Amino acid sequence: MEWLNAIVQGTLLGGLYALFAAGLSLIFGVMRLVNIAHGDLIVLAAYLGLTVTTATGMHPMAALVIVVPAMALIGYALQRGLLNQTLGDDILPPLLVTFGLSVIIQNGLLEVYTADPQTLNAGALETASVAVGGVSLGILPLLTFGIAIAVIWGLQWTFYHTALGRAFRAVSDNQDIAQLMGLNRRHIFGLAMALALGVTAIAGILLGIRTSFDPSIGGGRLIFGFEAVIIGGLGNLWGTLVGGVILGVAQTIGAKIDPGWQVLAGHIAFLVILAVRPNGLFPRVSG
Amino acid sequence: MNLQDYSVSRSSKAARVAAILTAIALLVLIAAPLWAGRADMRLMGELFLYLSLATLWNLMAGYAGLVSVGQQAYVGFGGYMLFALTMLGGLHPLVAIAAAGVLGALISIPVAVLIFRLRGAYFAIGTWVIAEVFRLSFAQISALGGGSGSSLPVAIVKSLASGRSMREALSYWLALGAAVLVVTAVYLFLRSRQGLALTAIRDNELAAGSLGIDIWRTKFIVYVVTSAFTAMIGALIFLQKLRISPDAAFSVNDWTAFVIFIVVIGGIGTIEGPIIGTLVFFALRETLADLGTTYLIVLGVVAIVVMLKAPKGIWGVIRSRYDLQLFPLGYRVKHIGQSKEN
Repeated sequence: MEWLNAIVQGTLLGGLYALFAAGLSLIFGVMRLVNIAHGDLIVLAAYLGLTVTTATGMHPMAALVIVVPAMALIGYALQRGLLNQTLGDDILPPLLVTFGLSVIIQNGLLEVYTADPQTLNAGALETASVAVGGVSLGILPLLTFGIAIAVIWGLQWTFYHTALGRAFRAVSDNQDIAQLMGLNRRHIFGLAMALALGVTAIAGILLGIRTSFDPSIGGGRLIFGFEAVIIGGLGNLWGTLVGGVILGVAQTIGAKIDPGWQVLAGHIAFLVILAVRPNGLFPRVSG
Repeated sequence: MNLQDYSVSRSSKAARVAAILTAIALLVLIAAPLWAGRADMRLMGELFLYLSLATLWNLMAGYAGLVSVGQQAYVGFGGYMLFALTMLGGLHPLVAIAAAGVLGALISIPVAVLIFRLRGAYFAIGTWVIAEVFRLSFAQISALGGGSGSSLPVAIVKSLASGRSMREALSYWLALGAAVLVVTAVYLFLRSRQGLALTAIRDNELAAGSLGIDIWRTKFIVYVVTSAFTAMIGALIFLQKLRISPDAAFSVNDWTAFVIFIVVIGGIGTIEGPIIGTLVFFALRETLADLGTTYLIVLGVVAIVVMLKAPKGIWGVIRSRYDLQLFPLGYRVKHIGQSKEN
């Protein structure tokens, strides 16, 4: 029963990791950009949530109404102002520029919010739970998992059923021809980053309610998201959810064996999958 | 226009002057324990170790196209090997430093086989995962102090040299020696057949492969050799610090972020770049370090601006302006004598 509990909790935790990963997967799919600052942007969203909740007294979930558009706006500005200049055949500029961005965001947050750990206070939501067949399920993890499914379904639907999704797929397939067909790829990339950071905002708020956070944890969140993407297979959003769940389950089982093994077990699961299935479980596009 | 009118040579006047100046500078630096204060020697020792790390990272990223953000894995590994081999294995520190290099090479082999499956930016984050695995694993070893780390026992420190000033001089010479060794090794490597292959891969991977260069193998060799040297530098760093903990040993900021900034600002893909970058980095650090986090923000901004506006860094700007190469890698065609036709 204890093991079943660990697996169930790990699965729900996987929902959060899938949310970390969805934004990463989306921008890689559209513009082949790997954003090293992704984890720090998740933490930035959590801090924006903190500012909004303390300033207005809103519930953190209600603060999404402000934080999601704010992050989307930051995403669009970031893409058009900075990241679009780095795109090209050479992988160095995007990598090093987003790495520099990561250091800037991390130290900027340190400057403004100090290194003290913070949490978002969500009241009764944090501790509420339901008992299902002897396993006690937290409402927050259940909600997180539900949101992850909804977000991935929403992204999938956007990709395959809207004009914007068609534009995303077009620039992903061939930037130059998409440009010739009248799409402004700079604008499309900006919209993709806006969408990705909107998802990141949701991930950041849920992270902030679930655990305490400080400016230094961004790198760890980037790694979890990245592992979920690679386990699931590049370019496959539903695969990302599976990747997140595998990572979450590996972590909770590791923690069950020895608390010091929680994160390590997740990394080891990732390396094992990399060894046996280098392209992940359900690859769609080649890197 | 006869062929005899032209000569092909690697050297140039600037390179010869640079070589002489380097030799003089080296002599002055070797004599530093005679003229420099204790704090200055410590600072210079640290500078040489950063120069070594930057030169090694530049070989990987600038020449082999292996952009790693996980070199702290080998810095920390080397540091921990120094502590483990001296404290638990009873080796002399100098032997332990050499052994750390060998062990670093050995462990990098399975790591390379695994993460070479990832390409480009995903390779970068994969190296970071490896560094995290190293950090979390060493935090589990209670004989080395677990998560809180341990200090190097006095007896081991004293086995290096009994007097304090001699020990500090030795530690300085080791750092200087490491920097000279690394820069020379990378320079000679790039001038060799393997180095030519590497440059070809950097310029065009597809074309290099079609000329019969084994790309995987060349990159693999670079990765293993870089790891071995990085582990040795790591051992030297923690021989200076005398204290190790998982967070300090595997710090992404200290051993990778700063190193990347050094190389990018100085000029990636050149031998001179990391040298200039290290000098600029230390000059900035000594003047701005009091600002704390602001200093890091400034560094990040400078690196981004350099990457976007002058992707070849400071040295790239100088080289394109004055056509200089102080460490000549390529060959030049020169016109000699008066040609009779003209």
